Amino acid sequence: MTTATITLTVNGAERCVTVDPARRLSRVLRDDLGLTGTKVGCDAGDCGACTVLLDGAQVCACLTPAAQAAGSTVVTVEGLAEPDGRLSALQRAFQRHGAAQCGICTPGMLMAAADLLGRTARPTRDQAMDALGGVLCRCTGYQKIVEAVLDVGSNAPDPAMPAAGTAVGARVARLDGAGKLDGSELYGDDQCPAGALWLKVVRSPHALADFALGDLDAWAAATPGVVSVLTAADVPGHNSFGIYPTLKDQPVFAERFVRYRGESVAAVVVDGRAAFEALDLSGFPIEWSPRAALVGIEAAQAEGAVQLHEASPGNVLIRGRVASGDVDAAFARADAVVEGSFETPFVEHAYIEPEAGWARPVEGPDGSRRIELRVTTQTPYMDRDEVAHVLGIAPDRVRIVPSAVGGGFGGKLDQSLQLPLAVAVWKLGRPVAALWNRPESLASSTKRHPARMRAALAADRSGKILGYRFHGDFDTGAYASWGPTVAGRVPVHAPGPYRVPAVLATSAAVYTDGPPAGAFRGFGVPQAAIAGEALLDRMADRLGIDRLEFRLANALRAGDPTATGQRIEASVGLAACLEALRPHWRDYLALCEAAEARGGSMRLGAGIGCMWYGCGNTSMSNPSIMRLGLKPDGSLVLYNGAVDIGQGSYTIMAQIAADALGAPLDRIAQVCGDTDRTADAGKTSASRQTFVSGKASELAGLDLRAQLLRLANAGDDAELSFEDGRVLVRHDGRTRAIELAGMPADAEGDVLVGSGTFDPPTEPLDADGQGTPYATYAFAAQIALVAVDLELGTTRVLKMVAAHDVGRAVNPTLVEGQIHGGIAQGLGLALMEEYLPGRTENLHDYLIPTVGDMPEITCILVEDAEPLGPYGAKGIGEPALVPTAPAVLGAIRHATGIDITRVPALPHRVRAALRARQRAAE
Amino acid sequence: MGAYTRPERLEDALTVLRARPLTVLAGGTDHFPARVAHTPDEDLLDVTALPELRGIRREAGGGLVIGAATTWSQLIATDLPPACDGLKAAAREVGGVQIQNRGTVGGNLCNASPAADGVPALLSLDAEVELASLDGVRRLPLDGFVLGNRKTARRPDELLTAIRIPAAALDGAGRFLKLGARRYLVISIVMVAGTMTKAPDGTVAGVRLAVGACSATALRLRELEATLIGRPAAQAASLVADSHLAGLQPIDDVRADAAYRRETACVLVRRCLADLAADRAVP
Repeated sequence: MTTATITLTVNGAERCVTVDPARRLSRVLRDDLGLTGTKVGCDAGDCGACTVLLDGAQVCACLTPAAQAAGSTVVTVEGLAEPDGRLSALQRAFQRHGAAQCGICTPGMLMAAADLLGRTARPTRDQAMDALGGVLCRCTGYQKIVEAVLDVGSNAPDPAMPAAGTAVGARVARLDGAGKLDGSELYGDDQCPAGALWLKVVRSPHALADFALGDLDAWAAATPGVVSVLTAADVPGHNSFGIYPTLKDQPVFAERFVRYRGESVAAVVVDGRAAFEALDLSGFPIEWSPRAALVGIEAAQAEGAVQLHEASPGNVLIRGRVASGDVDAAFARADAVVEGSFETPFVEHAYIEPEAGWARPVEGPDGSRRIELRVTTQTPYMDRDEVAHVLGIAPDRVRIVPSAVGGGFGGKLDQSLQLPLAVAVWKLGRPVAALWNRPESLASSTKRHPARMRAALAADRSGKILGYRFHGDFDTGAYASWGPTVAGRVPVHAPGPYRVPAVLATSAAVYTDGPPAGAFRGFGVPQAAIAGEALLDRMADRLGIDRLEFRLANALRAGDPTATGQRIEASVGLAACLEALRPHWRDYLALCEAAEARGGSMRLGAGIGCMWYGCGNTSMSNPSIMRLGLKPDGSLVLYNGAVDIGQGSYTIMAQIAADALGAPLDRIAQVCGDTDRTADAGKTSASRQTFVSGKASELAGLDLRAQLLRLANAGDDAELSFEDGRVLVRHDGRTRAIELAGMPADAEGDVLVGSGTFDPPTEPLDADGQGTPYATYAFAAQIALVAVDLELGTTRVLKMVAAHDVGRAVNPTLVEGQIHGGIAQGLGLALMEEYLPGRTENLHDYLIPTVGDMPEITCILVEDAEPLGPYGAKGIGEPALVPTAPAVLGAIRHATGIDITRVPALPHRVRAALRARQRAAE
Repeated sequence: MGAYTRPERLEDALTVLRARPLTVLAGGTDHFPARVAHTPDEDLLDVTALPELRGIRREAGGGLVIGAATTWSQLIATDLPPACDGLKAAAREVGGVQIQNRGTVGGNLCNASPAADGVPALLSLDAEVELASLDGVRRLPLDGFVLGNRKTARRPDELLTAIRIPAAALDGAGRFLKLGARRYLVISIVMVAGTMTKAPDGTVAGVRLAVGACSATALRLRELEATLIGRPAAQAASLVADSHLAGLQPIDDVRADAAYRRETACVLVRRCLADLAADRAVP
């Protein structure tokens, strides 16, 4: 082992480290110099999150050996601010434009932009794209990042904080933005204490295999740094977990056999980060006996296929069904019927922050033994309950404090390192940290369900939809995870946002030896929309009706019944979305016609996709509780359990609570997501936080307001002002002061607490799927203009217009950010993303869109208020993604005449379809 | 963690290499990605401090010498004849700017990936490599150096010190076309590079074409080149037949299937020739 003393200048200061000269600069910065603003997403130069300036030029710190930085000047995100600590013009432009969402790629983006701006003060768009091309972002769709970089030179002023009562609807800059821009935000791997033990999971290299563990003690004794090896025998409570209480079918550590590649069989705990990095598991004593794995739905349902779970004969986890009207009669009397089969693959969330966090033993106030986990998560309360289940202790002995979350998209709704960390801490009584590397993250984490779908659409010759038949088999992988949610949500949404008098929509979630398919932005609805929207296009063409007008003629409107028999009485904005798109659609069609006339190998195509999306859990209670506290000094604290995973709930909840109370937004501080200090706001999933937790925030604000008005004996329209130590209540020309100093305070130190609880009213679905699955639905339509190279089969999405009925845009900048990001993921689903276990376990074989793949996006926000929502608002997170793939695929079809029935539409698949058509024509 | 040597004189580097084989490290852009999950215990020779491996210069005879540790960004920033436009275009397609700032021309060749962006462009420039050892210097044509997937003719005691482009290859125009499933940071499905010189009458006086990512190593299309000599440049694209690409041995992988690679290689060769014939500006 060699070390060398290396001197380098970091952010203007000379630093000296004694390290292995081959040590990655990223590790030197983060571990040796404590500069955790530089993020590590892949350790392979694929994501660019670790971009720093080395002698003024952007480099990946993960690809730079320390020796090569010797004598050099390094600038990291921590070095970007002005000398007095104020954000630089570049950072302020990011904040102004909403260019940071989760913030994990932001340091890399900022440094790449700093490199560019160091060379070119006023860059062009193309220069900006080239400069940012090496940094992946999974949240923003890049548009606001590029806009921010191009706007640095304007040095425009920071947007003012809204006055009391005007926060909702304002383009408030992200309240948690500064930490994402100066590198101070702490993510899962940024806050582990020195001296912690580190844990590495031993994973299966096989998709289905029996195994026998060898002499673990001997291996541990012979392996430097090993403190303990954990297996199923070390789990003190239940060696099982899973989303549904009755479906905890996944072991923390597999026993005797594994069901997917990447599954955890044991964990090795070592003393310190250096031992963790040096740990070589190649000699771990385990003997594998691989068996023929069930790859895909067909294999799992084949005659004689091995049954993966005792309770699921035929490997069917669950089925879903919605039936309404007389479908056979509808198809019998139809003038036109179109049908098709469609296929989608596993899709990876590809959050740029891999799973990371740490846990420690703590003592409760009564001396009881407790555990505290600080992890990256979308669902602190489910984490708490799952840890308690595995440890066999009461949930109140577990505290979850979410770290900042570097992207989730549904992938951090399942347990990852929480459970092995908990087992280790409980056994060893010391702080333990863990971090998945990118290949581990890809192999072990949940995925979007692959779908195999068959569907048929019936219409009369006037263009009225008469009926829809749909069946989708969803590959739920090795374990249940969110499979039941997908199987339940899909049949409800399958007919699309249209009046369809007769529907038979069924689904099945099928166990295979793939990775567990879980929650991923849309819970199966994006897959079902690919099938349904394709058939709408074919039907429109069959009937000679414009595709947009066909959708508009059949669009659900307020008061129409859905296939579940629910009448949505308000906030049904699809028609308004389509009408807003119409002029853009006609422009697109004209451009396509002109391109067609020009000929050549490049063709333009226009496509359209519509969607609806029920906000919140399907027919299940999913309450949120928010509390707003008033301190004796007149300051306000929102106890906000809705974890912000980049989408902006931290800002949205405060905007809503401020207006409900009648206080200025900048008066409100927050405690976020800590299960000891916030009430359960439910998961950040199902596009529910703005609608459900937003409503709870409104109610909490109104409750605190009512208490203050009562104390002042004032009427509803009184004006409040929060001053040092008192609240002034003005009403009818009188001002009453509520002195706070003497009032009794609770454990948090609050003298008054407003509380709000909202659980969206839903009803269970019967055997035919009849009932009220959701309290409200979001609606949207998107159009895409694409260029397809007929000779190469490549598709470039040039432009998109996205019209979304969000009820009320609480913060238009954040809503646009969700739309841009959803479109990026939808574009990836349509064109490039396919997870293949063992083959695409890195971010250069698993492709997500780069800045250069994104179209120019125009957002149109339709505000058809939802009476139940806070200030009329409903969700946007998942709706943003659902229509994109259908619009892109429809555009490819328009450009080429070929039906894309399998995504992603990789160039070789498009070419194969074009060749097949040519052969058929010959 | 093994030994780490970063000599500042070529002779020292070669002496170390003669004593025992070492893993040679330059920009690290292929080295570190291969060591994500686990870092092997290996001894490293860092060649980035060797002045002999740096810089791009024209020789008296007009040839071009590219130091093996020249980064892609340095190459992009260097004023080079139009025949090198394809090489520069390839340089701009190597990863993102971060990779271009670190990755070296020599490292790209020594890593010998079938999808190495630099190889087809350098083949189309008739490049040679210069290998130094304590025994002296030897030169190999590039296609005699890159022998297969991750396989080169470098002996363990040798260092790749420079890439040489002969003066004769620096006339005319150069092009590079890359096909991938996304815009940036993408491993090529197919690459085509070409250079062409035209006679005053508009016929092809000289042409070199190479296809990458369609065989274990990038391949020159010598038969096609021979066919094109003396033919009108404007017709060159139309003279490409499938048989000219028969030597390619593309594979099926996650990026594309073999049939597609074969087909699009032909398309890109035609487009490359059409571009060269028209001498259209590099986009």
